[in-house]
Amino acid sequence: MKSREFVTIIEQKKIASDIYSLWIQTEHIAKGARPGQFLSLYSQDKSHMLPRPISICEIDREQGRIRMVYRVVGEGTAEFSHKKAGEQIEVLGPLGNGFPLDVGKKRIFLMGGGIGIPPMVQLAKELDGEVQVIAGYRDELFLTEELKEYASLYVATEDGSAGTKGNVIDAIYAHKLEADLIYACGPKPMLRAIQSYAKEHGILCYLSMEERMACGIGACLACVCQSKEVDAHTQVHNKRICKDGPVFLSTEVEL
Amino acid sequence: MKNTKVTLAGVELQNPVMTASGTFGSGIEYSEFYDLGRLGAVVTKGVANVPWPGNPIPRIAETASGMLNAIGLQNPGIDTLLERDIPYLRKYQTKIIVNICGKTIEDYCEVVERLSTEPVDFLEINVSCPNVKEGGIAFGQNPKALEAITREVKKYARQPVIMKLSPNVTDITEMAKAAEAGGADVLSLINTITGMKIDIHRRTFAIANKTGGLSGPAIKPVAVRMVYQVAQSVRLPIIGMGGICTAEDALEFILAGATAVSIGTANFTNPYAAKEVAEGIEAYMEQHQIADIKSLIGAVG
Ligand SMILES: Cc1cc2nc3c(=O)[nH]c(=O)nc-3n(C[C@H](O)[C@H](O)[C@H](O)COP(=O)(O)OP(=O)(O)OC[C@H]3O[C@@H](n4cnc5c(N)ncnc54)[C@H](O)[C@@H]3O)c2cc1C
Ligand SMILES: Cc1cc2nc3c(=O)[nH]c(=O)nc-3n(C[C@H](O)[C@H](O)[C@H](O)COP(=O)(O)O)c2cc1C
Ligand code: FES
Repeated sequence: MKSREFVTIIEQKKIASDIYSLWIQTEHIAKGARPGQFLSLYSQDKSHMLPRPISICEIDREQGRIRMVYRVVGEGTAEFSHKKAGEQIEVLGPLGNGFPLDVGKKRIFLMGGGIGIPPMVQLAKELDGEVQVIAGYRDELFLTEELKEYASLYVATEDGSAGTKGNVIDAIYAHKLEADLIYACGPKPMLRAIQSYAKEHGILCYLSMEERMACGIGACLACVCQSKEVDAHTQVHNKRICKDGPVFLSTEVEL
Repeated sequence: MKNTKVTLAGVELQNPVMTASGTFGSGIEYSEFYDLGRLGAVVTKGVANVPWPGNPIPRIAETASGMLNAIGLQNPGIDTLLERDIPYLRKYQTKIIVNICGKTIEDYCEVVERLSTEPVDFLEINVSCPNVKEGGIAFGQNPKALEAITREVKKYARQPVIMKLSPNVTDITEMAKAAEAGGADVLSLINTITGMKIDIHRRTFAIANKTGGLSGPAIKPVAVRMVYQVAQSVRLPIIGMGGICTAEDALEFILAGATAVSIGTANFTNPYAAKEVAEGIEAYMEQHQIADIKSLIGAVG
C-alpha cells in the first residue's frame, strides 16, 4: 500500500541563493524510488490544502535516504526551508513514472534547466555510457560537483558568468556535442526547444514536465498535458503528468 | 456496538461517509491507500455520454484554506466508466454513486438510461458545475429548469436520483424545492462557489478559465448554513459537503440536517481523509454514548 508519512530530516543545507538541499530518512521510499520520480511534500499550515511536488535528486538505497533540491518560491517551500535536521516533514512517494533507463543508447545528453537540474544527479549516477550533462543556469551555479562526479558537465548561463553564454542548446553547439538519447527537465520554453532539436536531429528524447497538482496520484485531472494520441486512461488527448508522467517521450506530448 | 448505518432513499449505507465527485476519480488511485470498503459510498467523477477533454491548463490554484478548480469536467465517457471503473469498484463493500454531467437534457438522459441496468446504487446529477459553458449550471440556477431536468431524468432512472445543488444562487431553498417537485430522491450540496484569483506578478488570471470553483475549508460555513436551510425547507434526505476535513466538520453537517457527508478537497491534503472521518465519527459516538447516528441528524437546536 502507498503511504503518506512523517519522515526525519537528516540534513538541510542552503546551496545557493534561495536553493536548499534536503536529505530525508525514508527506507521504504528509497527502496522503490527511481530517478525522475517525485515526492509530494505537505505543509503543516492548515491554510495550505495542496501538496508541493518536488523531484528526487539523489537516492541512497543503502542508508534509506532521499535527497531533494528545491528553490524557495512561496510559502510552502519557505516553510520546508525552515526545518532543521532532526525535525519531521510529511511526504508521499515515490510518485510518477521516472526516466526509463535501459533504452540501448550509449551517447546521452542530460539537459537540465534551473530547478530542473536536480533530477539529473541520480539519473547520471544510474546511466551507463557516455553521459554528458548540459546544465543551464540563470547565473548562480549549484550541484556542479555532484554532476561532475558522474558525467562530463557542460554549463550554460544566461549572463555568461560561467560556461557558454546562453541556453543549453547554445552549449551543445558551442561544444559540438552529439547524442543518440536525450533526457531533459526544465522550464517549458527550454523543453520546447529541446523537443524541436530532438525532432530535427532524429534523437530519441524524454522530457520531464511540470504542472500544478492537487491529488498528485492521478485522480483529479488537474495536472494534464496535451498528448498527440488519444490516451487510454482519459480517452481524450490528455495525459496526467503526476501519474502517466512526469516523464514523456518528446513525440507523444504537445508543449 | 454503535449503529453508524444510514438510509438514503431506501438504500442502506454502512456509514454516512462518502467521497465528493471529482476529487476521488473512480477510487482506483485511493484504493492504494486504504480499503474502500471502509466508506459508505464512493462517488465517481462526473461522466458524460461521450469523452470530454476538459479545460486548458492551469486548471487549479491554491487559495487560503481552499482551492479554485476549473477542470472542465474532463471525463472518459460512460463506456469506459462501465467497462473499467464500475467492475473495479464492485470488488469493495461500498455503495457506488455515479455522478453525471451533460450539455443537454438528452445527454443526461442517455447516460441515465445506460446506467439503468448497471450495478450502481445511486445516480447523482450535476447541474451545478460552474466550469463548463453549456449545460451544467444553466440547469442549476433556474428553478423551472431544475424541476424540468429532474422530472426528465427520473423517467429514465432505475436507481434513486440525487440532485446536486449549486450554491451560486440567491435562495438555495427555492432550488431544493424545485428538485423535490421534480421528483428527486436525495439532494446533495454544496458544489463549488464561483471564484477568481489574479496573479499580480504576471498580471493574468491564476487559472486559464479565469473563473473557477472554490472548495475546501474556506467554504464550510456557507455549506453548513445551506444544508441547514435546505433541511428546514424540504423533506428529502441530504448529502452535505463543502470543506469537510475531519469528523468534527462532518458532525456539523449531520447536526445541521445532513444524513450523509462527502469528503472532497481534503483528499488532496490527506489521502486518508474520508476513512479518518468515518473512524472519527465512530469515536465521537463512543465518547458521547450515542447508540445510533440517526439520532444526530438535524439535532442542532
Ligand atoms: C513533478 C514536479 C517536480 C518538481 N520538482 C521540483 C524540484 O525538484 N525543485 C523545486 O524547487 N521545485 C520543483 N517543482 C516545483 C515546485 O513544486 C513548486 O516550486 C512548489 O510547489 C512551490 O510551492 P510554494 O508553496 O513555495 O509556492 P506557491 O507559489 O505559493 O504555491 C502555490 C501553489 O502553486 C503550486 N505551484 C507553484 N509553482 C509550481 C510549479 N512550478 N509547479 C507545480 N506547482 C506549482 C504549489 O504546489 C501550490 O499548490 C516541481 C514541480 C513538479 C510538478
Ligand atoms: C478538482 C475538483 C473536481 C470536481 N469535480 C466535480 C464533478 O465532476 N462533479 C461534481 O458534481 N462536483 C465536482 N466537484 C465538486 C465537489 O464534488 C464538491 O461539491 C466541492 O468540492 C465541495 O466539497 P469540498 O470542499 O469538500 O471539496 C469537484 C471539486 C474539485 C475540487
Ligand atoms: S494532480 Fe490530480 S491527476 Fe495529477
